[in-house]
Amino acid sequence: MGAKELALQLKARFGDLLSDPVEFRGEVTLQVVDAERMPEVCAAAKSDFGFDYLVDLSSVDNYGSDPRWTLVYELYGYGHHCHLRLKTGVSEEKSELATVTTVWPTANWHEREIYDMMGIRFRGHPDLRRILMWEGYPYFPLRKDFPLSGKPSEVPDVAFTKPAPLEGGPFVTIAGGKDRMVREPRVRIPETDSVETNARLERRKDIQQAHGPGPIEKASS
Amino acid sequence: MPTSTEIAYDTKIEGDVVVTRVDAALNWFRKNSLWPMPMGLACCAIELMATGASRFDISRFGAEVMRFSPRQSDVMIVAGTVTYKMAMAVKRIYDQMAEPKWVIAMGACASTGGMYRSYSVLQGVDRIIPVDVYVAGCPPRPEALLDALIKLQDKISKEPFLAQQKNAGSNS
Repeated sequence: MGAKELALQLKARFGDLLSDPVEFRGEVTLQVVDAERMPEVCAAAKSDFGFDYLVDLSSVDNYGSDPRWTLVYELYGYGHHCHLRLKTGVSEEKSELATVTTVWPTANWHEREIYDMMGIRFRGHPDLRRILMWEGYPYFPLRKDFPLSGKPSEVPDVAFTKPAPLEGGPFVTIAGGKDRMVREPRVRIPETDSVETNARLERRKDIQQAHGPGPIEKASS
Repeated sequence: MPTSTEIAYDTKIEGDVVVTRVDAALNWFRKNSLWPMPMGLACCAIELMATGASRFDISRFGAEVMRFSPRQSDVMIVAGTVTYKMAMAVKRIYDQMAEPKWVIAMGACASTGGMYRSYSVLQGVDRIIPVDVYVAGCPPRPEALLDALIKLQDKISKEPFLAQQKNAGSNS
């Protein structure tokens, strides 16, 4: 039995809670409509469909669209060697969903990492602390609206941060741009060289003024 | 004030009597027994290990005694990327080292943050501790680290140790 059949059976069990399985390049994805019922779906996938291994649990920041967060659960079964992906959306206002550590204990650190980097909280998590950054660090650095160079912060006797000198490139990215030309400018803008890149949304206008609209906008106008 | 780097005058007339200056002798002792504190934080540490191994053999310069205790080491070799999370630990270990002490910033990351222009990386270890020698490279070859060690030895041999002590005494 393949991943598609397992996904269809799971869909039959939960009905409208799950979307129809989408297959792309041999990988099957199911969208879970209500993030609150994720542990229920996961528990069933593990106990009744043999997905005994949570390969990865990660998050995506869809900056500028709603719901802002997408949680991606990669499931695998050592019995049937099938892989299944579950996705669910969480709104920015809520930024919270139930933990799946009750299903797979390995989710503990994955969820801590998501909490640390994205600021999504997991209700019922046994130990929801930061895992990479230190306690007291005030930001969530993997969010799209967080500047790559960082922001100043200080926790006395623990750690401090200062913005890194990016000087306008080449690794500067701008969240929410329409196309790659805007999102990842490969140019240095002399007047902003000395300015740290925290106000990047404002700079997006500067870039457009300095270099004209991107190729897609040109084609459409 | 740099002092004379000449170690000794060995007179032939009086026999095996060596005449020297105290600070020149002190510097000579110090520079030839630099015990490193291997602050290996990233890939540079692999080159640091190669420097200590037989092919490059850091013991030719009296620095083979890698001490993992700051109390017993003279020169901290910061080999690798210093993250903000690690920065306080690096500073603390440096503070625990007994005087006299020196620091070699090995590689681009330790010197300037290197390619990690990022929210998580300290942009050069000299923002928290004083650095004596910077080594370029990503990572630097063992020869480069040995060159840094020789440069540090040159620096130590010119340190006006006694003059500093005297000035410190007269100021207080």
